[in-house]
Amino acid sequence: MSVLAIRGLSKAFGGVRAVNDVSFAIGPGEFLAMIGPNGAGKSTCFNMINGQLAPDSGEILLGDRNIAGMAPRAIWRLGVGRTFQVAATFASMTVVENVQMALLSYAGDLYRLWRPAAALHRERALELLAQVGMQDAADRPSRELAYGDVKRVELAIALANEPRLLLMDEPTAGMAPRERNDLIKLVKQLVLERGISVLFTEHSMDVVFSFADRIIVLARGRLIADGNAAAIRDNPQVQEVYFGTGKTFSNEASPGAAP
Amino acid sequence: MTLDALLFQAINGLSSASGLFFIAVGLSLIFGVTRIINLAHGSLYMMGTYIAYSFATKIGGVIGFWGGILATAIIVGCIGALIEILLLRRIYRAPELFQLLATFALVLVFNDMTHWIWGSEDLLGPRAPGLAGSVELLGRRLPSYDLFLALAGPVVLLILHFTLKVTRFGRLIRAATQDREMVGALGVNQAVLFTSVFALGAALAGLGGALQVAREPATLATDLIALGDAFVVVVVGGMGSITGAYLAAVIIAEVKALCIGIGVVNFGGIAVNFSKFTLVAEFLVMAIVLIVRPYGLLGKPQGAVRSVAEPEEPIRAATPMLKLLAAVVLGLLLFLPVLAQSSPYLMILGIDVLIAVIFATSLHFIMGPGGMHSFGHAAYFGLGAYGAALLVKWLAAPMGIALAAAPLVALAGALLFGWFAVRLSGVYLAMLTLAFAQIVWAAVFQWEGFTGGSNGVIGVWPKPPFDQGWAFFLLTLALATIAVLLLRRFLFAPFGYAMRAGRDSPLRAEAIGIDVKRIHWLAFAIAGCICGVAGGLFAFAKGSISPESIHVGRSIDGLVMVLLGGIQTLTGPIVGASVFALLQDTIMRQTEYWRALLGAVILVLVLAFPSGIVGAFSNLWRRLRGPS
Ligand SMILES: Nc1ncnc2c1ncn2[C@@H]1O[C@H](COP(=O)(O)OP(=O)(O)O)[C@@H](O)[C@H]1O
Ligand SMILES: [Mg+2]
Repeated sequence: MSVLAIRGLSKAFGGVRAVNDVSFAIGPGEFLAMIGPNGAGKSTCFNMINGQLAPDSGEILLGDRNIAGMAPRAIWRLGVGRTFQVAATFASMTVVENVQMALLSYAGDLYRLWRPAAALHRERALELLAQVGMQDAADRPSRELAYGDVKRVELAIALANEPRLLLMDEPTAGMAPRERNDLIKLVKQLVLERGISVLFTEHSMDVVFSFADRIIVLARGRLIADGNAAAIRDNPQVQEVYFGTGKTFSNEASPGAAP
Repeated sequence: MTLDALLFQAINGLSSASGLFFIAVGLSLIFGVTRIINLAHGSLYMMGTYIAYSFATKIGGVIGFWGGILATAIIVGCIGALIEILLLRRIYRAPELFQLLATFALVLVFNDMTHWIWGSEDLLGPRAPGLAGSVELLGRRLPSYDLFLALAGPVVLLILHFTLKVTRFGRLIRAATQDREMVGALGVNQAVLFTSVFALGAALAGLGGALQVAREPATLATDLIALGDAFVVVVVGGMGSITGAYLAAVIIAEVKALCIGIGVVNFGGIAVNFSKFTLVAEFLVMAIVLIVRPYGLLGKPQGAVRSVAEPEEPIRAATPMLKLLAAVVLGLLLFLPVLAQSSPYLMILGIDVLIAVIFATSLHFIMGPGGMHSFGHAAYFGLGAYGAALLVKWLAAPMGIALAAAPLVALAGALLFGWFAVRLSGVYLAMLTLAFAQIVWAAVFQWEGFTGGSNGVIGVWPKPPFDQGWAFFLLTLALATIAVLLLRRFLFAPFGYAMRAGRDSPLRAEAIGIDVKRIHWLAFAIAGCICGVAGGLFAFAKGSISPESIHVGRSIDGLVMVLLGGIQTLTGPIVGASVFALLQDTIMRQTEYWRALLGAVILVLVLAFPSGIVGAFSNLWRRLRGPS
């Protein structure tokens, strides 16, 4: 049985059909890449799965529960973590406090008024930071971090609630090519250990083809292909979307694209 | 009442609607283009009445009156242009809160300036030459000047409407209202556009004020009343929409007229006098509109709210230095009653400062870490003060009970108002909190039978031993210390972190399971509750409470205290409140023109020390220590 199954998902903004009758599924532990040109509807898909947007129609089944239209925080509690296309932290907190914040929320401690938060879940937060290689920056103000490091901290935060499913919208946008590979490698390793399913979008085809278990392709809101690397590479429709417009797979990358 | 009487009131309402429209339309235009909420707008209106009075009496006749009205509009327009050029230009990029404070400083300065030029007497102008009589309508007499006003509003609306539609200036205004960035792209000289819009808006306010000269006396209280009215109209109509402003003006004027028209009604033996609810009704309309349509009847959502300019440092537990300092201060305060034996006034001063500290610290709790810029914190002060005082008045409650009830009454109010307020953000939250505070104030003011109306409640004196200054001081000190430590504790607890997470990034906070609205609602309630303690203490310290002490001025004082100390520091509000209360009790009592002085302090603060006293000191300290 799949961890997440999307059926006939649609969303329009005014006249723009951002996501149009999209269906796909993610199996347990699967590392699924969603690709497509800018404006294809990828972020809109993510926003519906995590509850930030309510779909116009369609089902989002987490296990056998339809989560379409639920609030982001409720969906998070069901074990769906996410990172954002434009990464940011809670700017007035230190790095470790950012992770602690998610742990406090996960443990149901948010309404506690007495015990100082600084000491709560600190060990676990440091552990998570160590796993993403950020333990040395733990007590620095998070707003001083380099962008690539912010992405790593976001990853640590997203792992705090031991998610079943992780949504990562362009986790490597705005990073240098080497950093990209490292980050995705790290993600892959972490989720393999935990058996987490991942849905991610990524512009670098090198990264996608070397790490993804499976690939789905979105274009103008529609799902046009679903298969493994070889199948996607040879798919004429996909080639048309990418090559037909004069673009190639590799230079499609556009860091800092609008969210 | 008869249908005729109702109809007559409705027509009468239209002339009030024109008045409201003139007050509000300039504010709306200015906000639409510059995104500045000009709190001095009511002052421009007030000065309009005074200037027109001078023309009408000094020159006199048709020229002095009608020519004077036009000249007034031009003069006030020029004042507006000066304000824009000299002050606002420097703060377009500053956080909203600072812009509001800077323009409030102008309110204070203009009030004292008017006071200085025209004196404190109310000045009633002559009747309008040519329109001094009245017309017969539905068997009643309607002054022909009122009829003229009723028509003047729609005429000006039409003229403005076509100006905006047809001329290049109008097109620019509309473009800027819809999309600020676009104006830059059009290659328009933004400075000139902003200055002329400000002048136009000010001229309209001046015209509105001048037109009142034949109807109502010029008084120094007009500025805040007109400002309140202007806000209600603009917020109800939608910021930046002139048609919305007229629509809202008509609705509000008619609701008020209806209240007066209905008069006293018997509900199963209980007589309710609706004409007493005019003030409450106005703010109630605004609150309802803000809740149902947060951007007003004809307004459009105004993009994201800007955040505070300077990023904030992570909070740190108190250093040994700070703890030592706190202990020393506390020790000194405990010793103060001994010093006070020679000068009893010291105790009164001390009590005032401590009450201000509770007030400001509770406001900072939601303003700083919560990011909710409440412009109506006086409501919870008032609920606490009146809660305590009314218990004493009606139930002869002992002081202990009354003081314990104060925070509970305030808590109830904060839970109710906060539930609505946290659904908005930025300017809209500021306006809604202001509206709620005005509802509390108006209810207290107009519900004479229960609250004593404008006289307030008197005879709320503490019982022995607290009738002694030193004993009451120590009680206040104890409660203030508890309040400050409690709020600080909350900020370091998970709850305080969740508050800040929700402020830093609501989206991300929600994405990790934080119910931001709920957290902020509870924070609002906690702040209101603690503020109620200050109110309760205030009532007993003064022996009385009146609507005047819970007016919008108190809310603004709170904002000044918080900013004076520094919004981004936890000790800031304590320092800010102390300095402010000391200034108020000492220097400001010495001069008749304390308003202008306070205004000047605010302006210096906003322009020169945007991070407040404590902020400035810690910046200095960091720079001295060098990069470490
Ligand atoms: N909040 C919104 N309002 C209006 N249109 C939107 C909004 N979000 C996305 N869109 C539109 O929906 C389409 C899909 O956008 P998006 O999901 O961000 O694409 P991607 O992430 O694949 O680049 C685009 O045409 C975009 O302009
Ligand atoms: Mg996207």
